[in-house]
Amino acid sequence: MTIELFIQYLFAGITYGSIYAIVAIGFNIIYNTTGIINFAQGEFVMLGGMISISLLDFMPLACAIILAVAITMVIGAFIEIVFIRWLAAPSVLRMIIITIGISILIREAALYIWGEGVRSLPYFTGSAITAVGIFGARISPQVLWVVGACGLTVLALSFFFKATPVGREMRACAANRKAAILCGINTGNMVTFSFVLSAGIGALAGCMMSPITYTQYDSGTALAIKGFTVAILGGLGNVGGAVAAGLLLGVVEAFSVSVVPLAFQDVISIAILLIILFIRPNGLFASKEAAGLRAF
Amino acid sequence: MRRLLFLIPLVLAIAAVHLLCAWTGTLYYLTQMTMSAYYSLLVIGLCVVMGYAGQISLGHAGFFAIGGYLAAAFTTRNLAGLQDALPVRMLDAAGLLVSGRDVYGGAQLVVTPWAACVAAVLAAALIALLIGIPVLKLKGHYLAMATLGFGIIIYKIALAVPYFGGADGISEVPPFNLLPGLAITGGSANRIANYYIAWTLVLLGVTLLWNLIHSRVGRALRAIHGSERAADSIGVDTARYKLYTFMLSAVFAALAGVFLTHYNGGIGPSEAGVMKSVRYVAIVAVGGMAHIWGALVMGTLLNFLSLRGVFGTYDDAVFGAILILIMLFAPEGILQTGIMDRLRRLVSRREED
Repeated sequence: MTIELFIQYLFAGITYGSIYAIVAIGFNIIYNTTGIINFAQGEFVMLGGMISISLLDFMPLACAIILAVAITMVIGAFIEIVFIRWLAAPSVLRMIIITIGISILIREAALYIWGEGVRSLPYFTGSAITAVGIFGARISPQVLWVVGACGLTVLALSFFFKATPVGREMRACAANRKAAILCGINTGNMVTFSFVLSAGIGALAGCMMSPITYTQYDSGTALAIKGFTVAILGGLGNVGGAVAAGLLLGVVEAFSVSVVPLAFQDVISIAILLIILFIRPNGLFASKEAAGLRAF
Repeated sequence: MRRLLFLIPLVLAIAAVHLLCAWTGTLYYLTQMTMSAYYSLLVIGLCVVMGYAGQISLGHAGFFAIGGYLAAAFTTRNLAGLQDALPVRMLDAAGLLVSGRDVYGGAQLVVTPWAACVAAVLAAALIALLIGIPVLKLKGHYLAMATLGFGIIIYKIALAVPYFGGADGISEVPPFNLLPGLAITGGSANRIANYYIAWTLVLLGVTLLWNLIHSRVGRALRAIHGSERAADSIGVDTARYKLYTFMLSAVFAALAGVFLTHYNGGIGPSEAGVMKSVRYVAIVAVGGMAHIWGALVMGTLLNFLSLRGVFGTYDDAVFGAILILIMLFAPEGILQTGIMDRLRRLVSRREED
């Protein structure tokens, strides 16, 4: 393998990896505040892409993306308020089935609104064949957009959770819900807010990746599985771990293309998921003690 | 024998449906009833895993596909070119191969349906064993995702491996001659016979599971569902019971796959899809999780309506909506929202009088 080819694969891996990381962070935000896995997370990504593509007919690209993210956030809030907020201490099994049902409904709705066709946003800078030379490899500027946007999202999120009052309240809710209630935090609103937040970053990721990977009504499912793999790899609830694990999975997947047929690319990441679940269900980076406190 | 009395209503219902269809001249409904029976076989197996052992499985379409695809592949893929290979000669010597002519008149050598059925079911049981040992250690989201992942792998294999026909699946699957003159195959001439074959299989399945639930194993399973730790502490070998139940349900699913594939004469990758697995979970949930009768009634009803095309293009959406509504408003299933209890109380009061 030449050095150019190596860099080419590496950048492809980083691109997909940062998308996976963002989806995984979406999982983590909701998991942290509620203890449930939102199986509809991938659908937020799809919605972001689809809505922005539709809005593009009426407004410039930047406005379309911002508005698409906002609309998806509203949908996220709506889902939480309608389906989840009023359930008193639902069992995990129940929550799994409800969020799966939500994901099916969103997917079917998307099928009726946008049809089966594959759509995509235009490249943000240049066109499909514009390329930037890096160490002899040819990288699309969109890759830089994706990596940059994902990096900024992670930075903004960590700032949000560390430094803003709402972020601190959400962390308190994640650490100990009862104690948070006793401190006067409205945990119900925090849960809604976590759905809004994860819908928003999911939608943003959907817009960023649309020019490269295209968007289809059912493109969310595969992403959700990959995102979950990454969330587990990095340790559920661990945002930093999700970034590292996302890049790792992306790069592994990109290089696996040179070894196994493309049709089996998804099988590889799922096989990784299964193996990790079997040998280290608490993630690659988690300590044993922290894992002992969690129920698997 | 008294324990088998519960089957009488079911037998009567099966015969009644036949007579009703014959009387109203709608015998073609029996085709969908036959197919629903096979899906229901899978559903009652899944019901025991989910409702009694308390383990969610989002990968049961995978086991169905293993059964169906292996049966289809073995009975259609020509071994004539490999005639001299040792495994093929051994199979031939054991009488497990049947030769004939393919559609173009060429020599064809394929595995007999019986041998293919046994091999497919054994393969499903083995895969369930290998997958079940690590997977069933997981709980909640992890178990759901692991079984979902398993289902997707099976789907991708069915879609990507040329031996299984890729996106087209496998067609031209020959009839399965259970007994001389009793073949599992589509076509209106065999419709009534196949209807009874399918429902006999369901009867056997229900009997087996009913006895299982009302035995020591069933009590152990309920204990696991109630609290796995408590069950562990009083000496229930939780891991083993969960694994056995999982394997049994995989066998049910694979059998359903084998029979339905012979009945339809083919199988496609959509049978392995995630939506199918979700649909089975939905049916078990609607039936009330720990409720074989609920699962059987709902499995037959919903599959029948879906196969008749009542839901049209909203098929998947209907099952998604059913999942959400049931889980939001009646997590114990619609048959258990007090109706059954009230009926039972009514009956028992009368007995006391």
